[in-house]
Amino acid sequence: MPEWMSIRDTKHKIDNLSAEEVTSSYLDTIEKSSINAFTNINKKAIEDAKYYDKNQSDLPLAGVPISIKDNISTKGIPTTCSSRMLENYIPPFNAHVIEKLYEAGAIIIGKTNMDEFAMGGSTETCCGGTTFNPWDTSRVPGGSSGGSAAALAAGESPISLGSDTGGSVRSPASYCGVVAMKPTYGTISRYGLISYSNSLEQIGPMATCVEDIAHIMDVIAGYDNRDSTSIKRDINYSDAIINDSEGMKIGVPTELISDGINPKVEKIVWDAIHKMEDLGAIWKEVSLPTTKYALPAYYILAMSDASSNLARFDGTRYGLRVEGNNWHVMASKTRAQGFGDEVKRRILLGTYALSAGYHDKYYVKALKVRTLVKNDFDRAFNDVDVLMGPTMADIAFKVGEKIEDPLSIYMTDINNVPVNLAGVPSMSIPCGFADKMPVGLQIIGNTFDESSILRCAYTFEQNTNHHRKRPDGVN
Amino acid sequence: MITEEDVERISWLARIEIDSSKSKEYAEQLNSILDYFQQLEELDTSDIEPTYHVDDLVNVLRSDDIKPSFTQEEALENCENKKDGYFKVPGIM
Repeated sequence: MPEWMSIRDTKHKIDNLSAEEVTSSYLDTIEKSSINAFTNINKKAIEDAKYYDKNQSDLPLAGVPISIKDNISTKGIPTTCSSRMLENYIPPFNAHVIEKLYEAGAIIIGKTNMDEFAMGGSTETCCGGTTFNPWDTSRVPGGSSGGSAAALAAGESPISLGSDTGGSVRSPASYCGVVAMKPTYGTISRYGLISYSNSLEQIGPMATCVEDIAHIMDVIAGYDNRDSTSIKRDINYSDAIINDSEGMKIGVPTELISDGINPKVEKIVWDAIHKMEDLGAIWKEVSLPTTKYALPAYYILAMSDASSNLARFDGTRYGLRVEGNNWHVMASKTRAQGFGDEVKRRILLGTYALSAGYHDKYYVKALKVRTLVKNDFDRAFNDVDVLMGPTMADIAFKVGEKIEDPLSIYMTDINNVPVNLAGVPSMSIPCGFADKMPVGLQIIGNTFDESSILRCAYTFEQNTNHHRKRPDGVN
Repeated sequence: MITEEDVERISWLARIEIDSSKSKEYAEQLNSILDYFQQLEELDTSDIEPTYHVDDLVNVLRSDDIKPSFTQEEALENCENKKDGYFKVPGIM
């Protein structure tokens, strides 16, 4: 039976069996699965695992399988962004994070499904079909890193990497009952991450327990001169794995517990905050007054960035090519056939927002709202160590329920996008169940203070049992 | 308010061919999203500076050294239309 394993469990199993057997049991589980979490499998995974059976290694992830969201470049392994545009694309280089994972001994088992080019919150806009939520396959896994979260929940991968532009690791972690972190902007190199909105996004670790998030961060975070927004900082994340939150100050932003919240989710989140109080933390209500405006500002900026970043897919150097009698027609036909509806919508709106006459009205206005959102967080963190609230206002919705109404899917990210605008770190951890579906607690920290988030999250996890529950058929 | 003519203009700017029979549908969808964006007008931002990037890095430079990079073959391996080591495209003008 598939099972949830931490990095520690996985290494223990490798010691008792072999890296080859562990990797092959994951590949077997993936092959038999019907949740469609993966786009491609790494054909060299077994060979890579055998290396660690032949060679003793004390590397931090020696022989440990990991799945990778399909917008992170992996040399020799197809990287499709779940788009027809890149269906046959095989990167000739590794992303910075992939270099780091290989250096740490990890085995890349495959690439995980996602909303096309990371534009979505349900993992339904994929050229290879929807990913289903392992807790209830009639529901979405969230998105856009839905393949990664579903793979973890279904025991198809012990750890994973996703990316988060406006909630894309936290939304699926919340809907699938796993853990994920979006680090401070600039912490993890974006070199080799196929850009959607480069001013907002970060690669983020995903796992079934808090400690693993810290271990993955220790492997992949750090300065890289190939990403001009990479920051020089030396933080040991595992040092923050402390089961004690005595005296920590928690702010509860009233705007994150909004009118639209599912009352069952609201109760579970308050229970979690009161649990932290029982464990010695102090909480108080705080306000992030610009939250309401963060969502429209976020979408204007993300779409504007996207219209520029996705200009590279023009049928010339890689990806799909549809012939035309001159370059412009070739590019226009290629992009018409290669991109799905949501990607087209976002590029068109981004192009509009940046076009002559509208640039100040939309793009510059959104950048100014971004300043206000950042100021809200700065003010809140004068008084508290972390902020807490629901990751998502509701449990996972049904497959197909919102796909015809783009705005209704945008709205689900309302608690997540302020974090990306402000660049601060944030984590989602399981905190209970409503109607048998997982609910995520969001813990937001100040810039470069992932340590306070990890400490709170680890204390909560170690003193509760929510993370021990599994979907049916998973150990 | 985006008109059907606007959709055609934007789709040309973005180099995404849109069938003229779908211009109306796109105009409607894009307008409903733009309507939602309008609420930003409620906020007075006249004295607020825009934030392009949250970090305070400026002019990130590197030394201009020659370093190993892709070979011509590697750079071309994801392209079917190539000739004599170049990417091949139809005429631009």
